[in-house]
Amino acid sequence: MQTFFIVAILILGFLITFQIARASEYVSVLRGEEKSRKQSNRINAFLLLLFLILGLFGVYYCNEKLAGKILTVSASYQGEHIDTMLWITTAITGIVFFITHIALFWFCFKYQESDNRKAYYYPHNNKLEFIWTVVPAITLTILVGYGLYYWFKITGKAPKNAMVVEVTGSQFQWDFRYPGFDGILGKKYYRDINVAANNPLGQVWDDPANHDDIHTTGEMHLVVNKPVKLVIGSKDVIHDVGLVHFRMKMDAVPGTPTTMWFTPKYTTAEMKKITGNPDFVYELSCDQMCGKGHWSMRGVVVVETQEEFDQWLIQKKPQYYVAFPDKDPSNPAFKADSTKSGNAAIIPANSQVKTKQ
Amino acid sequence: MDAMHAHPGVVSAHEVFPSEAEHHAHHHKQSFITKYIFSQDHKTISKQFLITGIIWAIIGGLFSVLFRLQLGFPGQAFPILETVFGKWAPGGEIKPEFYYALITMHGTILVFFVLTAGLSGTFSNFLIPLQVGARDMASPFLNMLSYWFFFLASIVMMSSLFIQTGPAAGGWTVYPPLSALHEASEGSKLGMDLWIVSIALFVVSILLGGLNYVSTILNLRTKGMSMTRMPLTIWAFFFTAIMGIVTFPVLLSGLILLFFDRNLGTSFYLSDIVINGQILPNEGGSAILFQHLFWFLGHPEVYIVIMPAMGIVSEILSVNSRKPIFGYMAMVGSLFAITILSTLVWAHHMFVTGMNPLLGSIFALLTLLIAVPSAIKVFNWLTTIWRGNIRFTPAMLFAIGFVSLFISGGLTGIFVGNATLDIQLHDTMFIIAHFHLVMGVAAFFGMFAGLYHWFPKMFGRYMNPTIGYIHFWVTLIGAYLIFWPMHYQGLAGMPRRYLDKSPWVSFNQFGELDKMISVVTIIVFVVQLMFVFNFFYSIFKGRKVTSENPWKANTLEWTTPINPGHGNWTGEIPEVHRWAYDYGKDGKDFIPQTEPVGVNEKIER
Repeated sequence: MQTFFIVAILILGFLITFQIARASEYVSVLRGEEKSRKQSNRINAFLLLLFLILGLFGVYYCNEKLAGKILTVSASYQGEHIDTMLWITTAITGIVFFITHIALFWFCFKYQESDNRKAYYYPHNNKLEFIWTVVPAITLTILVGYGLYYWFKITGKAPKNAMVVEVTGSQFQWDFRYPGFDGILGKKYYRDINVAANNPLGQVWDDPANHDDIHTTGEMHLVVNKPVKLVIGSKDVIHDVGLVHFRMKMDAVPGTPTTMWFTPKYTTAEMKKITGNPDFVYELSCDQMCGKGHWSMRGVVVVETQEEFDQWLIQKKPQYYVAFPDKDPSNPAFKADSTKSGNAAIIPANSQVKTKQ
Repeated sequence: MDAMHAHPGVVSAHEVFPSEAEHHAHHHKQSFITKYIFSQDHKTISKQFLITGIIWAIIGGLFSVLFRLQLGFPGQAFPILETVFGKWAPGGEIKPEFYYALITMHGTILVFFVLTAGLSGTFSNFLIPLQVGARDMASPFLNMLSYWFFFLASIVMMSSLFIQTGPAAGGWTVYPPLSALHEASEGSKLGMDLWIVSIALFVVSILLGGLNYVSTILNLRTKGMSMTRMPLTIWAFFFTAIMGIVTFPVLLSGLILLFFDRNLGTSFYLSDIVINGQILPNEGGSAILFQHLFWFLGHPEVYIVIMPAMGIVSEILSVNSRKPIFGYMAMVGSLFAITILSTLVWAHHMFVTGMNPLLGSIFALLTLLIAVPSAIKVFNWLTTIWRGNIRFTPAMLFAIGFVSLFISGGLTGIFVGNATLDIQLHDTMFIIAHFHLVMGVAAFFGMFAGLYHWFPKMFGRYMNPTIGYIHFWVTLIGAYLIFWPMHYQGLAGMPRRYLDKSPWVSFNQFGELDKMISVVTIIVFVVQLMFVFNFFYSIFKGRKVTSENPWKANTLEWTTPINPGHGNWTGEIPEVHRWAYDYGKDGKDFIPQTEPVGVNEKIER
């Protein structure tokens, strides 16, 4: 019923507007078209000026209302470059925005049709055109210069001491793998992926580097002030590791690992203070459309001190032991008969794959 | 040509009146089918493109209203949605699958079917023969085929809306593997195959049309119409057609490979995939390859959309300022520069795909380079209206609105084109704000400007200007209210294509804003319906045009009879003696292109 009323009101408003519009056409014919045309010309010229003034106020008002809702300080050192770049670009484009808009609408008002004015025949002026080719070119060169300087800083090689975390996207969750004590991520092969056999990432168990790798889901822990290099992949479709607070983003592409690195600057606890939000968490969002659950593909990033991180990591059991509990030294069943259960079925399958990855 | 024929307009003005039957008289007898359906008259084909485009625009616009309802009022039920869409909106709430289908179709429909076929198809067809002085296109038959391939593409795309698994839902960019794997989403089932077939037919339409436009412009210009005397509209259509011919086949090849991957088990884009626990045999493909092929069209595509609008706006600004367009050669040069550069910047959509940073830096450089011709155009438009004597017809207002939107959206392009900033802004709402302003709404403004301006030539009647003014003001203010605050959502990092932000700590602070945007969207949409009503009403009942040249313009189309028949001019095709922009020269308000050069007159070109 409510919908019906809304539709009825819309149609009615529509008809009324239309009738008025039609009537105005007849009136203009009666009053003399030229006269009413000139009148509407004046009205529109005035409205354009009004639009400029209200629009400039709107820009200010919008900024007042929303500036507090955008990202606060960058949580990574690399993101600070991006923030600087953002300020430079905003300043330069802002000047151009105001000058051109004021010119556009002011000219419209000032040079509205008048019987006393003759349009000025002005087909070209090479000097002027040269100026506004060269000035934008120089400005853009400066912007590109700054941009590429930062771009190479950010996308360059990760420092040697960077910790490595592997991020894997799949519909619709994030998996993380830590290299363990050896600092090496073991090999993996997608055909070894078998969730039922506790191998969700397809780790090749023949590779001893895999035996201490730690797997977590949904939550990634990082160390403050320690560079981290993310090795990013996907199991199914393209996802994207979006870390807004660190100003970082990189696609997760099936079959083509990608990397990005950055250095977290504030721990989660510090960031809670900075933002004044006790519920603050670093979030990992999927930024590349990946299917119906794209909007809910959320991960959490915890940035903490080295001690806290070590505490956390030590509690984690390597995935190898999860897959093969009988190989786990902390398991009471360790040293029991290792030939039993399904392990025998998995290992031959792996052994065919030597060259991959 | 002798002096007697120098003023063909004057001669024909006496013999042609706006009566319905009159203009048949000079031509062979036509049945309803050859006149309105399988017509080879470029003007009729243009109207066919236009009306098909309008139907698509209503559908595409309605889709945006639907998903804005969901975005503005998450969790709220709209029972009418269930009534209309059934299982796609159980309980009146839009299902995620439906949401993604809506945004995909919104993008596809508006970019391809409305702003490419509806804008370029309409105005290239209508204006090229009329403004260069030709009786029709180089090949009227291929021209007709161009429309009917578009029609077929439309039918296929439309039918995909009604199948059980729904239309394509992988975004208008249809990146594989999401679009390649049936298991990845509902929309990647039959809907995606239909999408590919439809776009393939669409590419055929674009190529047939484009080749026709180019050959007509190169070969069928009337006597005296040298290339540098052509109105800027024609230059814009010319470069647009070239861009389409160069880039659309690349999209087609990419889509053919995608079709193979989907249905024939090839691995062009697929590698190392496990989906729903199922291990796929494909190895060695590259998902990124598709993005290169797609954006090699995809980026020029946005210029294919905006350049006809630029041409139309240049013409309308000049006519209504009663001043020549400022810097004609610079305008042509910048169109040329944009055409060349547009094919060299595609990978700026792919800065964060893991592409080599060196490659990224080259694309960032080329991308910011393209801002230079854009800046030249803006400054030239501003100088064109400077010291003019401006008439604010609805067309002129839309042209001014175009310049404003193009500035606003173009400047944010400098943000996202710079690779460093793109890391943060990529795939956020900032991008949505940027491209809607600069090529979405702006191109629409160009289209509206063109429609209000050439409606009298198309149908021999005027559209109601009062509704035109309401249409303009609501749309301009609405466009800014909708898209300006979206920049802030983007700066907060809010990703695009998010159905519901409530699970997120970082993106859920814009509830009120989203509500406002949705309400404004609905208002703007309703006003567009008013425009559509005005359009169709005015075709039949609008105020009649009584003079051949109602806007006092210089170009050739205004020398034809008020309702030109097939062949456009009743007598000989007029000869051209000057460029199209002699407004306000030597104390004369305007000097048509057909006017011979005076004895002591110095002409621009």
